[in-house]
Amino acid sequence: MSLRTPLGRVLGMGSAKDGTGHWWAQRVSAVALVPLTLWFLFSLLLLPDLDYATVKVWLALPISGFLTVLLLAVSAYHSYLGTTVVVEDYVHSAGMKVLTLLTLRFLYVLVCGAGIFAILRVMLGS
Amino acid sequence: MPRPPARARPLSPHLDIYRWQIGNSLSILHRLTGIALALGLPALTYWLVSVAGGEHSYAMAAKRFASPVGVACLIGWTFAFLFHLLNGVRHLFWDAGYGFERTQRHASGWFAVLGALALTLAVWALIRHFAP
Repeated sequence: MSLRTPLGRVLGMGSAKDGTGHWWAQRVSAVALVPLTLWFLFSLLLLPDLDYATVKVWLALPISGFLTVLLLAVSAYHSYLGTTVVVEDYVHSAGMKVLTLLTLRFLYVLVCGAGIFAILRVMLGS
Repeated sequence: MPRPPARARPLSPHLDIYRWQIGNSLSILHRLTGIALALGLPALTYWLVSVAGGEHSYAMAAKRFASPVGVACLIGWTFAFLFHLLNGVRHLFWDAGYGFERTQRHASGWFAVLGALALTLAVWALIRHFAP
């Protein structure tokens, strides 16, 4: 006999209220990051030089710019999910926890946004 | 409703009671390398912003990354990335239901650490070879 209500059972979210959403998002972004990060590492290693002219031409290529934007966005998302768990594990007071999590969120959007904006500037040549 | 008086309840065994071994070491290392990589994200953004800023700002950033502290950080991030990648794939195999046997766990663990160390050396040997 189950003590759960029929509605609770059909929603399948359990007592944490959001089910396995966080866990699943972490795995999906991890899988996406395998090719993205390896592409980035190999691209930089295969560049003939890392001087300004070479890097600028490389980053302005549609494929490099596009994939670097994806790399930044998915890395920031994956990293945000991971560091959120670290904060939830080690910051115990409720106020500090909310404050740290909010600050973290703002910082990730700031860093990721600045990086994407920089790539767009290089690609559009301004 | 008033709370019942606090009583000393038995607690589950805490972290420090367990013997230090490869399983928990790599679990901790996975988290540490994840935090290190989170700190690498602003560094990557800084590099990209320096490209957008023009030749002078790029030269400044390149100088910082080529300094002893900069190179130490880059080597650290290389290892952190490679270990987090290999150990992350190990986690994905577990999530799919494979590799839980004791010998498999140990073998994949050692493969992740030693593989990350070897690949870090290989990457930096390549960099040294092409840009001495």
